[in-house]
Amino acid sequence: MATVSLIWLIPLPPLLAFFLIVLFTNKNKTLSHIIAVGAAFLSWLGGMLVFVRALGVEHLGQHPFASAINWLPIGDSWFKIGVLIDPLSAATLFFAAWTIFMIFLYSVGYQNFGQPQGDHDVMGLPPHGATIVDEHGHKHQVPSVEPMYSRFFAFLGLFAFGMYTLVVSDNLLTLFVGWEIMGLCSYLLIGFWYGKKSARDAAIKAFMTTRVGDVFMLLGIAFLYSATGTLSFRQIFREETLHALASTPAFFGLSAAGAIGLLLFIGTVGKSAQWPLHVWLPDAMEGPTPVSAMIHAATMVSAGVYAVIRMFPLVSAGWHEGMPLNPTMSIIAFIGAFTALFAATIAVAQNDIKRVLAYSTISQLGYMIAAIGIGAYVAAAFHLITHAFFKALLFLGSGSVIHGMEHGVLHTGDHKLDPQDMFNMGGLRKKMPITFWTFLIGGFALSGFPVLTAGFWSKDEIFADAFANGHSAVFITLAVAAFLTAFYTMRQITLTFLGEPRTKAAEHAQETPWTMTVPLIVLAFFAISYGWVGIPEHFPLLGGLIPNWFHEFIGSTLAEVPAAVPFNIVPLLTSLTVALGGLFFGWLAYRKVKSPAEDRLQIPLLKNKYYFDEAYNFLFVRPAFWVAETLVYKWMDKGLIDGILHAFGKVAMFLGTNFRSKFDAPVVNGFGDLVGESTKKFGAMIRPIQTGRIQQYMLASLTVLIVVGGLLYYLLVLA
Amino acid sequence: MIPLSWYLILSAALFSIGLFGVLARRNAVAILLGVELMLNAVNINLVAFWRYLDPAVMTGQVFAIIVFAVAAAEVAVGLGLIISVYRQRSTIVAEDIDLLKW
Repeated sequence: MATVSLIWLIPLPPLLAFFLIVLFTNKNKTLSHIIAVGAAFLSWLGGMLVFVRALGVEHLGQHPFASAINWLPIGDSWFKIGVLIDPLSAATLFFAAWTIFMIFLYSVGYQNFGQPQGDHDVMGLPPHGATIVDEHGHKHQVPSVEPMYSRFFAFLGLFAFGMYTLVVSDNLLTLFVGWEIMGLCSYLLIGFWYGKKSARDAAIKAFMTTRVGDVFMLLGIAFLYSATGTLSFRQIFREETLHALASTPAFFGLSAAGAIGLLLFIGTVGKSAQWPLHVWLPDAMEGPTPVSAMIHAATMVSAGVYAVIRMFPLVSAGWHEGMPLNPTMSIIAFIGAFTALFAATIAVAQNDIKRVLAYSTISQLGYMIAAIGIGAYVAAAFHLITHAFFKALLFLGSGSVIHGMEHGVLHTGDHKLDPQDMFNMGGLRKKMPITFWTFLIGGFALSGFPVLTAGFWSKDEIFADAFANGHSAVFITLAVAAFLTAFYTMRQITLTFLGEPRTKAAEHAQETPWTMTVPLIVLAFFAISYGWVGIPEHFPLLGGLIPNWFHEFIGSTLAEVPAAVPFNIVPLLTSLTVALGGLFFGWLAYRKVKSPAEDRLQIPLLKNKYYFDEAYNFLFVRPAFWVAETLVYKWMDKGLIDGILHAFGKVAMFLGTNFRSKFDAPVVNGFGDLVGESTKKFGAMIRPIQTGRIQQYMLASLTVLIVVGGLLYYLLVLA
Repeated sequence: MIPLSWYLILSAALFSIGLFGVLARRNAVAILLGVELMLNAVNINLVAFWRYLDPAVMTGQVFAIIVFAVAAAEVAVGLGLIISVYRQRSTIVAEDIDLLKW
């Protein structure tokens, strides 16, 4: 099949799966997951084929796979939509296809397919477990299948469709469509267990918070369209268009390019959970774990970073390497670096295994944003991809841990125990070896464990770029954040897997089924090996053994390929020190900790995430409620509008009553009654004439005839 | 030749007798008979006027024949009504049939 038609087809199978499941196979769990996983496989296959073919094209940056059709008639021309696979989207497609497919497969095990129906499970709540009786007559508590299994896969399918649409889009509009489909799906999936109030609240929070960013993004798109008349990437990124945009002043001293870039970036801030719109992401942990992985690693948050990397030529219009950053880039770099450090400090004090990862995600996304801000285009894309792999791995691994713990909880029957609290775990390495080793790989990749892991290479490249271009503030901030990253990662691994079990449930934890461990192994493979495609050429010993394929490939997306950063020992040493130091101190500090009380980093400020939720509650949520409840409802609606209406009502009542008593009753009714009554009286008066006797009538007629006849005769003839 | 006035006197007398019968008799059949007398008085008038005033045109005779036809139809309907009333109320005395009063 021609490559471009294949690209058009990539997003379709998951969408088809969504409709098939929703409309037809909802009742049949087996069929539903076969359709969904099959669709994910088809898209994966398409994605891989396209990726391989993209590798075979020389100068893909100049000659990408592109195809567009007329979509919307505008005046005498057409708004075109189409697909575009250039090096950046090809690489994104690669990781998106892999992680999405793995997450689909993993969901089969995570949602307990093949287990019996739960004893008291209801729709909208997580499954509570089922009781089975074995051949010896013993009763066992075992995990039960998710009651809304099919629905889960339908949502995942729609989500995957959104991501694929976004990746293959050649214009901002369809990118935005995919973006919003994912926003909707994240809302649906975070609130998947809608029976829980916390899940409902988290879903609304996520939707509302990202909406703030999306409104600005839409403004940016509108601005861009009004300025250039096109939304197609390739047309926007033409040199003369960029030059025109960069030399047009907009507002606040920004050029049009800078202003549009900033507006689009605010969309990314919302979607990729950057400070100050980061608050939704930790709460999004309410969703089932594959959803967390989907949202955090593979799709939504990566989509935000992908969008800003995609718009890099616009953001950096008029800027060249070595020049001071333009205002938009400075803002992006600041937000990224600040978020990286800020979220890392919060992650240190979290006890929920998924929340640690959530803050870690925010922090790592901050790295990418910071990298884009300082113009490290390739490094940002590199970290985006390696992070997608190892963070999906970590989320799926944490899901596997939770699953194992839930098994222990069911076994011990202690349902009050929180299976997500790391202080309830410990010693899981023996119980869940595959999960342990893969989680270790993921964690080390996240920490940037030297040489072996992908995270090291991508993070190192960001450091090198920041250092080489003299952005020392960004460099130092990221280095501190990297130390904290390694520290909390090791804290997590130590608390979860090392030492001895701290609860009965942890003692009875169990390894998860193959549908969950296979994705872990596949992702672990990429978490290690993906780094090797981007080893800098001048790296001591290893440099040049494998060509730095990634830099060449991704760099060629831009009009001028960015020069590779010259090797410097300072960032490398920094990277080594913070990673190894963080890991060591993390292990040292937590190897003997038994309970949260012994953890000296449980500082209220960090524990409560710098009180951002409370502050937003005070600044935005409560005022919004006040506006709705007091200002609009009580004062405007009840007071003003209802007041006016009531006044109208009262005046009308007064007029009506008076009309009734002063005019209608005496005059109109009186007249009517008079006519009626007098007619009745007259009738009663002349009634006796009607005797009913025919001869009297005839006599009367005769009399009248004679009298009238005589009278007429007298008058007419005689007179 | 007998003058026209005799016929008219005869007709007037016959009409008066009929009228008296209609007004004075209690039996409904007798009232019907009175009506017939009055109709025939009119017929005499019609024929007499035709014969004495304009014998070339047949109008008077035609009118008389129409009156016969109408009278015959009327008697049929009238007698039918009387029989029906008698079946309902076992009387044909006109004074007792006063259902049409208020």
